[in-house]
Order: sequence, then C-alpha cells, then structure tokens
Amino acid sequence: MTALPDFALAGPEILLAVGALLLLLLGAYGGEKRAGFVSGLSALLLIIAAVAVIVGRDGTTFDGAFVVDGFGRFLKVLVLIGSALAVVMTQRFAVAEKFFHFELPVLIVLATVGMLLMISAGDLIAVYLGLELQSLALYVVASFHRDDGRSTEAGLKYFVLGALSSGMLLYGASLIYGFTGHVDFAGIATAAASGQASLGLTFGIVFVAAGIAFKVSAVPFHMWTPDVYEGAPTPVTAFFAAAPKIAAMALFVRVVMEALEPVKAEWQQIVAFMSLASMILGAFAAIGQRNIKRLMAYSSIGHMGYALVGLAAGSEAGVYGILIYLATYLAMTAGAFAVILSMRRDGVMTEDIDSLAGLSRTNPMVAYLLGIIMFSLAGIPPFAGFFGKYFVFAAAINSGLYWLAVIGILSSVVGAYYYLRIVKIMFLDEPKGAFEPMGGEMKAVLGISGLFVAAFALVLGPLGDAALAAARTLF
Amino acid sequence: MIQALFFYLFAAVTIASAVMVISSRNPVHSVLFLILAFVNAAGLFMLVGAEFLALLLIVVYVGAVAVLFLFVVMMLDVDFVELRQGFMQYLPIGVLVGLIFLAELLMVAGAWVFAPEATATASAPIPDPDRVTNTLALGQLLYTRYVYFFQVAGFVLLVAMIGAITLTLRHRASVRRQNVSVQVARTRATAIEVKHVEPGRGL
Repeated sequence: MTALPDFALAGPEILLAVGALLLLLLGAYGGEKRAGFVSGLSALLLIIAAVAVIVGRDGTTFDGAFVVDGFGRFLKVLVLIGSALAVVMTQRFAVAEKFFHFELPVLIVLATVGMLLMISAGDLIAVYLGLELQSLALYVVASFHRDDGRSTEAGLKYFVLGALSSGMLLYGASLIYGFTGHVDFAGIATAAASGQASLGLTFGIVFVAAGIAFKVSAVPFHMWTPDVYEGAPTPVTAFFAAAPKIAAMALFVRVVMEALEPVKAEWQQIVAFMSLASMILGAFAAIGQRNIKRLMAYSSIGHMGYALVGLAAGSEAGVYGILIYLATYLAMTAGAFAVILSMRRDGVMTEDIDSLAGLSRTNPMVAYLLGIIMFSLAGIPPFAGFFGKYFVFAAAINSGLYWLAVIGILSSVVGAYYYLRIVKIMFLDEPKGAFEPMGGEMKAVLGISGLFVAAFALVLGPLGDAALAAARTLF
Repeated sequence: MIQALFFYLFAAVTIASAVMVISSRNPVHSVLFLILAFVNAAGLFMLVGAEFLALLLIVVYVGAVAVLFLFVVMMLDVDFVELRQGFMQYLPIGVLVGLIFLAELLMVAGAWVFAPEATATASAPIPDPDRVTNTLALGQLLYTRYVYFFQVAGFVLLVAMIGAITLTLRHRASVRRQNVSVQVARTRATAIEVKHVEPGRGL
C-alpha cells in the first residue's frame, strides 16, 4: 500500500479546479441570468487562490511532478492577478457586444488552472498537460464571439498553429525522454550532466524550445500573435497579453534552468537568437500599425524578447530580471487594455490609434495615465518599464552577452517611436470627440496600474526582495 | 516458431489492409479495412504479451472509433472521386512528408540504439510480466503514481467538452424540443379530438 501524495501542496490549484466545476454547475442550472454572478465569483475565486498561494508552503509532491517553490509562487501570484483582472474587465464589454455567457469566466478559470500547473511542472508530462489545459481553454475563449467572423478565424488559426506547436513540444519531449530515460527534470539534469550532450538530446531541446517559444510568441514562432490579438474579442486579447505569457515564460525558465542546466551551451544560443529576433521584430513591425490591438501584439512580441534576454543570461540575476520584467509587464498591459476596452464612441468600439486624438482635452486623467504607461512601455525612467529592462540588460552584461544588450537597447530606442507616437496623438492632435464614460472597474484597473507604474521606484524594494528570494530558489 | 509464424501473418495483414485503407475506392471499404488493421494490430500486441492493450484496442478502436467512422462516412455525402483529383499532383509532397515522418520515427526509436544506457535508467520500468498482470501494472502506474496526470487529462477533456458545447450549441426558436412535463401532462381529453365525418362528404 503506497501512501497518499501530499494534496495540500496543490491546494490553490485544487481550489480553482473544484471552484470551476461548481461555477459550471451554477451557470448550467442558473441559466444566462446568473452569468454576471458567475463572473464575479470567478474573480473572487482567483483572488482567494492568490492568497492561498502566498500563504502556502514549499515542497514537491506527486513523485516530483508538482513543484511549489518561491519562483513558482511569485509567478503564480502574477498569473492569478492577471486572470482576475481579465475576468473583471470582460463582463461589461462582452455584455455590450452580446457575447457574454457564463462559460467565459469559467473557461478563464480553467485556463488559469492550466497556467498554475505549467508554472509548477517538475516533469515533462506535467509540462505538456498543463500547457494543453491552458491552450485548449484559450482556443475556445479566442473564438468565443462565435457570430463574429474575425473571432472565429482567430480561434481557428490559434488552434491549428497551437496544435502544431504542441506536437513539436511533444516530439521534443519524447526525444529527451528517449535519450535520457527520464521525464522528471531532476533525472534529466542528472542524465544530461553525466556526459556530453548527445545529438538526440540536442534535437529534443530544439523541438521543446520551439514549442514553448510558440506559446511565449517569440520570433520566429510569433506569426499567430497579431492575427489572434486583432481577431479575438478585446477583453480576451487583454487576457492573452498578460497571464498566458507569464505562465509560458515561467515554464521556459523552469525547463531550461532545472532540466537542461547542464547543457546550457546548447540552449543558450537558441534563446539568445529568439530574444534578439523578437526584440528587433517587435520594434520594427509595430511602426506601421494603425490598429491598437495589432500594435499591442507586436509590442508583446518585443517585450517577450526583452524578458528572454534575462533567460539567455542564464544566471540568478537573469531570472531576477525576468521576474521584475514580468511584474511590470503585467501592470502596463492591464492599464493599456483598460483604456483600449473603453474606446467606445457613439456605441461603437474603435480600435484605430487615431481615434485617441486629443484625449488630453476630452479626458485628461485617462490621457495622463495612458501616457505614463506608454512612457513605461518604451522603457523611459523613472517608470516601471525602465527597471525591468535595466535588470535584464545588466544580467546579460554580467554574463558577457554584450552584443545582446547593445542590440536590445537599440531596438528599445526604435520601439520608443511608436509608444511616443500614441502620446503625441493624445496630447498634440485635434480632439475627435469624447469617448463614452469609462466603467468603474476600468477606472480602478487603469488607476492602480498607472500608479504602480509611476511609483515603481517606491515598491521596487519589497517587490525586488520577493523576486530575489524567488530567483534564488532555482539555483 | 509458431509465434514467429503468427507475427508474420499479423504483420503482413496489418500492412496490406493499411494499404487498402488508402487505396480502396469505396470509403466504406476503407473503414472496414481499417477495422481489419486494428484487429491484426491487436494480435501483434497479444504476441508481445500486452493482452490488456490488445483487448483495449479492440474494444475502443474497433468497437467505438471505427463504428463512429463508419457512421460518419455513410452519413456524409463526400465525393471521394473528386477528393482524389489532385492525387498525382500532390504525390511528391506527400512522399516527402512521409519520409520526414519515417525519419522522425526512426529517431525516436533510435534512442535504444544510440543511447542504450537510457533504457537502464528508465523512470518507470516495465515490471516482470510473469509476476504482475498487465492490468495491475497499468493501474498501479496510472491511478497511484500518475494520478495527478490522470486527473489533469480529465480536466483537458472537460475543457474540450465545454468548448464544443459553447461554440456550437444554438437555441433556435424554430427547432421543436422535447418538453417532458407537457408530454406527461397530456390526457385523453387534450390529445384526442373526435371529428364527425358526414358520409359521402369527406373532411
């Protein structure tokens, strides 16, 4: 008789999963009129899970397949906040566009369960299952506005390409298993450390890296991002831009740092190339965009490139940089999408950047906050985005990747152009008439994220301590 | 000796019926050949001592999946002659994809050749089949050691189900639905109407 595994370690995940089932029943029996209630409860559930993650303890369970450590807990809290914000920002928009059903928040909660499992994965099977749970829910959420052709197209495109990337990941995982005889990260690391990296293992690393790079939308696996971001309903785009990116980045860090640390030379060049290409493409391709959702898509590709600089460094300082970068990225994305979701004029949503013209005169408060967020996205001190970039570039320089840091700084200068153009449109162009008033929850999200971004230097102390402790657990 | 004979028999029939699946003109014949391929593959499993997998293959694939295929093929009016129109044109690409797939399969299987020490360190080695039955060995792995993966896989399927329902279920006003309480509440008085037909006039 074997002892039962330690279920309490996976408490937040079990809470979310059971909660999602209960909410599903509530929605199914309560009918459409309960949808708003289900949505509120989902947000509450995500917040409770975040608290449970914070007070939880460290350890591993399920034969090492599920790891709870400081690194995972830091990122889990970020993911849960991102998902909760997405649920909060969804309802008003989806009701106005007539596609709000109770399944939407439930699917977001289930996707979040998948993300938490990804972050906690200590085993290649857990990696794949977490990724699939997350992705499958995301495909459905992307095409949730099923009467809208663009949304359906986005979902289908995401599904086909996502299935391809999952196949690559699985193929790589099977190669790694075949050539090391292990699926758990510790076993793979031991097997890889015991000799020269075999050709099969290198092949496996390439395929796994390609599969995960698709999920973080790093170049050259980024093609789906602009189309899916543009086609998916805007609140869903807001969700896609934050939480899944954080989870996929966490997974990337964990796989290469824990399982493949002994063969660092093999993956470091892959990560460095992807980071370089993402930064450059994110900077140049966004220049010509008129649609703000496409612009945010290219912006997110670029930002993932900057975060990957920290991973390419492959050091504790690099992981610290990634953690700070992801925290600031979450705040900036949430704030920017709170404004994008409120770009409604005469009952019609606009996604055109030019419709922001003269926002400083029609709604100065929003214009100033969005301006701060844009300065921060461009990486201009003293705002949050600067610190994220500073730490990853510092880590790259410490690891001797001077060329990566130099090109990163140059591409962030190019990228500043399109962020600052939005500021210019808001403050210097002639007003085109006011937007409809923002919803209370949007105001709250924008206000909090704007304040966080503006006063980041003040919170850097405690946040930095938490991130440092989190990064240390991987080494 | 007799084992080798059966191996070649099953293997030959499997490959021959697999070829027939893609080359037969009638789609219903294709599905029937697919079933034949499944049954022979089950025979191969049986030969290597994996009797649980062999029976599972018959129950799940032959019993459920292939029958489902057959229904779909018979219900959908797919013109297979038209589908085959560009067959020769796409043959080179098809052969290329097939070759790549073969190379990939060889690479995965090649792990035993290139890295023989890996099998010795396998994380979940197969227990001695003489002591532990197939079913017990699978159950021990699936429901104790891998219970976490089992549950997560269940959630993946749940998400797939929710997704399929939300994306396709439509409540059309024109579709008549079953209303059990109305059906049960029917009485003779509400259900039957007696008409008096006069002779020679009709209704």
